[in-house]
This record gives sequence, C-alpha cells and structure tokens, in this order.
Amino acid sequence: MDFTLQKEYKAAQQLFKDFAEKEVKPLAQEIDEQHRFPRETVEKMQKFGFMGIPFPKAYGGQGCDTLTYVLCVEELSKVCATTGVIVSAHTSLCADLIYKHGTEEQKQKYLAPLASGKKLGAFGLTEPGAGTDASGQQTKAVQDGEEYVLNGSKIFITNAGEADVYAVFAMTDASAGTKGISCFIVEKDTPGFTFGTPEKKMGICGSATNELIFSDCRIPKENLVGREGKGFGIAMSTLDGGRIGIAAQALGIAAGALERTVSYVKERKQFGRAIAGFQNTQFTLADMATEVEAARCLVYKAATAKDAKQKFSIDAAMAKLKASRVAEYVTDRAVQLHGGYGYIREYEVERMMRDAKITEIYEGTSEVMKMVISGNLLK
Amino acid sequence: MRIIVCVKQVPDTTEVRLDPVKGTLIREGVPSIMNPDDKAGLEAALRLKDSSGAEVTVITMGPPQAADVLREALAMGADDAVLITDRAFGGADTWATSCTLAAACGRLGYDIIFTGRQAIDGDTAQVGPEMAEHLNIPNVSYAAAIENCGDHLLVKREFEDRYHEVKVNTPCLITALAELNTPRYMTPGGIFDAYREKEITTWTRADLPVEDENIGLKGSPTKVVKSFPKTVKAAGMKIERGVDESVQFIMDKLKEKYIL
Repeated sequence: MDFTLQKEYKAAQQLFKDFAEKEVKPLAQEIDEQHRFPRETVEKMQKFGFMGIPFPKAYGGQGCDTLTYVLCVEELSKVCATTGVIVSAHTSLCADLIYKHGTEEQKQKYLAPLASGKKLGAFGLTEPGAGTDASGQQTKAVQDGEEYVLNGSKIFITNAGEADVYAVFAMTDASAGTKGISCFIVEKDTPGFTFGTPEKKMGICGSATNELIFSDCRIPKENLVGREGKGFGIAMSTLDGGRIGIAAQALGIAAGALERTVSYVKERKQFGRAIAGFQNTQFTLADMATEVEAARCLVYKAATAKDAKQKFSIDAAMAKLKASRVAEYVTDRAVQLHGGYGYIREYEVERMMRDAKITEIYEGTSEVMKMVISGNLLK
Repeated sequence: MRIIVCVKQVPDTTEVRLDPVKGTLIREGVPSIMNPDDKAGLEAALRLKDSSGAEVTVITMGPPQAADVLREALAMGADDAVLITDRAFGGADTWATSCTLAAACGRLGYDIIFTGRQAIDGDTAQVGPEMAEHLNIPNVSYAAAIENCGDHLLVKREFEDRYHEVKVNTPCLITALAELNTPRYMTPGGIFDAYREKEITTWTRADLPVEDENIGLKGSPTKVVKSFPKTVKAAGMKIERGVDESVQFIMDKLKEKYIL
C-alpha cells in the first residue's frame, strides 16, 4: 500500500495550489464580506477545466478521476471555502448525477456543457419541510402530454440563481412515499422557474444560497432522469459522491487554517520570544496536524474507492464525518492560537472558523453520517 | 511552422538559502521549477500554435529528473518533448550547453527556436545567443512582444530605458523575457495526458552530432569557482571623542536603531 501521491497527482495538486494562491486567495476576504458570488473565478476555473475534472473527454471533461477532483477542492478550500463548494456542488451533485443516471441524449445536452465549462450546475432537493428527512417532498411534478408541470419550492440550494442547469426532485406520486419521488433537469430561464432572496449565512458567504420557486413550470418530459419513482435512489446515490467533495472542502479548510497558524506562531512574539517556542503552542499544533492528516487519509481513501468502482458509501460518510469535525476543531484552535488577532477579519482564521460549521450540516448532517456508518456495522 | 522551445529545470531561487560557512547554495529540499524566462518562451510558442497551427517541441538538457519540466510543458500544450541526458553532458558551461542544444535543434529541424533570456540559477544570458551563432541564424534577444506577420516576425526587444522593434525572418532564435506574457495554467487533463499518454524521447551522447571537445565539463572553457552573497557595507562613521563620550554616543545610536 503506497500512501504517496504519484507524479501526475502531485503535478495536479501543484496546479491547483498555484491557481488558488494567485486567482482565488486575493478575492477570498472581499467575497465573504460582500456576500458576492465570485463569477470571475468561476469563469477562470471553467476555462482551465476545473469544472469537469472527473468526467470523460467524450463528454467535455478532463478525463481525470475523483482523487484529482478532491485535490482541487482541497486546495481551493484552503484559501476560500466558498470557491471549493461552488466546484463541489456543480461537479458532484449536478454533473455527476447526469453522468451516472442520465440518458445519452441528456449527457450530450447537459453534461457536456457542464463538464466543458460552458454551464454551471446545481442540485435542488431540500425543502422547508424536507431536510434530513428528504422523503417529505412537497414539490410536485404532474405529467401533461409531452411535458411535466412543476409546482413547489426548494430552499438552501447552493449555486442557486447562478447555475444554468438544475437537478431537481419532485413528487410524481404522493401516495408512494419515497418511491413517488422523481428527478428532473430544469434549465434557468424556463418560464415559471424563479429564485427567492439570497440567504445571508454564517459562513461561505460568497456562495449563492437561495430558494428555487416553481410555479406551473413546464419542462419537456425528456428531462425526467431515469424513471418516475427512481428519484430518491438517485438523490441518495448522488449525495454519497457529494460527501466526498464536502469532506475535501472541510479538509482544505482545516489544512489552510493549520498552515496560517504555523506561519503566525513563528512570527508572533510574547514574553521575549516567538510563541512557537512554547510547549502549549507546539502540542496544540501537533494535535491539529495529526487530525488533519487523519482526515486526509479518510478523504483520499473514499475518493480512491470510488475510482476503483468499489462500494464507497461508508468511506464517504466516515470521511465527511471526520473531516468536518476536524475543520471545526482546527479552526477553533487556529483562532485561539492567533489570540486577539484571530478575531480580526483580515487574519482570515475567523472566516475559516465560520466556514467550517456548514460542513457538519449540508449534504447530510454528521448525525446522518453516523446513521449510515452504524447502520452498516449493525446490519 | 515548427518551433523548438529550450527549457531548463532550476531550483526555485526564492527558496534557496546560502550556507553561511561555505558560501554555497543549499539545494536540498528546494523545489524545482521551470525557469521563468523559458516558460514565457514556451507560452509564446503555444500562442503561435494557437493562432497559426505550429508544432511545438520542448527540449531540455539535464539529469533524468529534468523530465518533469518536459511533462509540465506537455501539460501546457506542447506536442513533443526530448530529454537530452548523459553523464557526458554533465558539468557543462554555457559554451558546452549551447553546442549540445544546437546539435539537438539541428537534428530536429525548426523555423523558430525559443530560449529564455537567462536561467535564474546561472544568470549568464549566454546560451540562447551562443546557440544562434552555432546554428548561423539570426538572434533576437530580450523579446517583450512578438507578432507573427506571416513571412516574418516582428519582435519588440525591451531594455531598461528603451525598446527596439526588430523584423526577423525565419529560421531564427528568440530569447524571451518573463515579462513577455503570462503563461497559461496547465489543465488537469493535460497533466494526466502528459504523464500517462505521452512519450518523452530521450537522447544520449550517441544521438547527437557534436564533438567531444565541445560537451560536458571537458568541453567547458569557463568554470564557476565560487558563489557567495554580496556583502553590503556602509561607509561607517569614525568617532573621535573621549572614552565615556564615545560609549554614550554608541549606546544612543544603538537605541536609535532599536538594536537595544
């Protein structure tokens, strides 16, 4: 078992690191303070293939794999968790859903522009009454001739308003419970499809988080993904992959906070010397670094399992559970080691601490991860 | 159009430290990069490829690990790569290096050769112009802008206080400044192709039509004896006062400069 990255992965990692330092980091604080979606960064990432990393070249992708994609999200999230989640939601939740479950026509029409960087994707499952209990879908889709008519709303949708292509879930048979949920592709600017007011959040403030509103929204019946009633299974399997992306984001947040703290404690002097010279600082950094490395092992393991076409749901759940917890712990310690400066915006660690929290919540809460893991142990 | 780009793998000199005792560069643990001027030359070649459909070959002379900069060039969009590596080429100065690279270019064939102006570890700026002399082709150095005018190139040469616009026919050699352009990022797919799909041709001593007396350490008329940091000394100040007054003066100066 070789735990070192092969040369092509190291080269890709360096590419993502360089891009993050030069193009993403300079905007991170500004987009957080202004709650601004970094459209200019997204366009650059689209140009250099960052939005289609794991998809085959035949569909406009880069022909790489999940591990490469994870390295990208990690490096982006080290400097800006907002940018990391934009890539993650687009790739894992929208593009990968169409890649795994779409027809050839749907892949050509929707996956190709998503993977080649012409369009941005989003995923609409959560509703006011359906969060962790995703089965409680109220949005309805009724077939009317050659079309489906959608009515309802979704909340807390990442990339909402900015994305061009949305994978949306709606009830086609209210009497069938989870077997009555179906998945549809809806394009922005479809009549009857609008957006609510953007949410103001604790963290990832540059990420567009918004309501999707469907009011007699008519879409072609060809936009049904899979078959009627298969939507819940599509959602759950898509979220499995999405968890790897969020785990990578959490890992990046933690790793970025650790790097900043290591630099800071070497410079900050108290009692006549750098605080890096005090054992409390040293021991705290040792704990932080070990936790980051443990999270990294789980994230890369989950990505590698997916690439090897092994079952990876448990690996993904463990990776997200651990990495999100590590992100909270490491950012908390990072702020503490920065002292008063850690509370100040321009020192960045306070933003990382605010950003970290969401990784325990979205794409399946930590509690759901525990349900998945324990369910597997106790079956 | 056939373009050859000469690139060199160099230590990232922003990370290099000097051994305070020996005065030599400490290279261990220092990451290696593509020389920045060379990368600009590569980007210039790739832009000509984008606009005119040129074929771009990158070459490097170095140890086996220099293949990494060739992979990077392939990932950026170069078509082919040649690694020129042999113990016989080791220890080469700019004369021997330029003879070796010129022989490789002669074997490959070209319309334009790009080199960087200078390498950040050697800082001589000699290899490119020397290659042009060996190959008997015009050399336009310090290129800050290049325009392809079909049957000729228009090159802006930049100096500290002025610039030249030079019209040059091909075949020719151009040395690039890092300021010439902003090199493109690699793509993830380009990296995977560079490492998994593309072959790098390796040439050893036997593959090059060059004389033994013009290669390697034996073929090098110059030799770097020592590298050391520049010691900066101010003029100093002579104090001609009594002992106590002088001590007080020095103490006040040290406090003024926050040394005490």
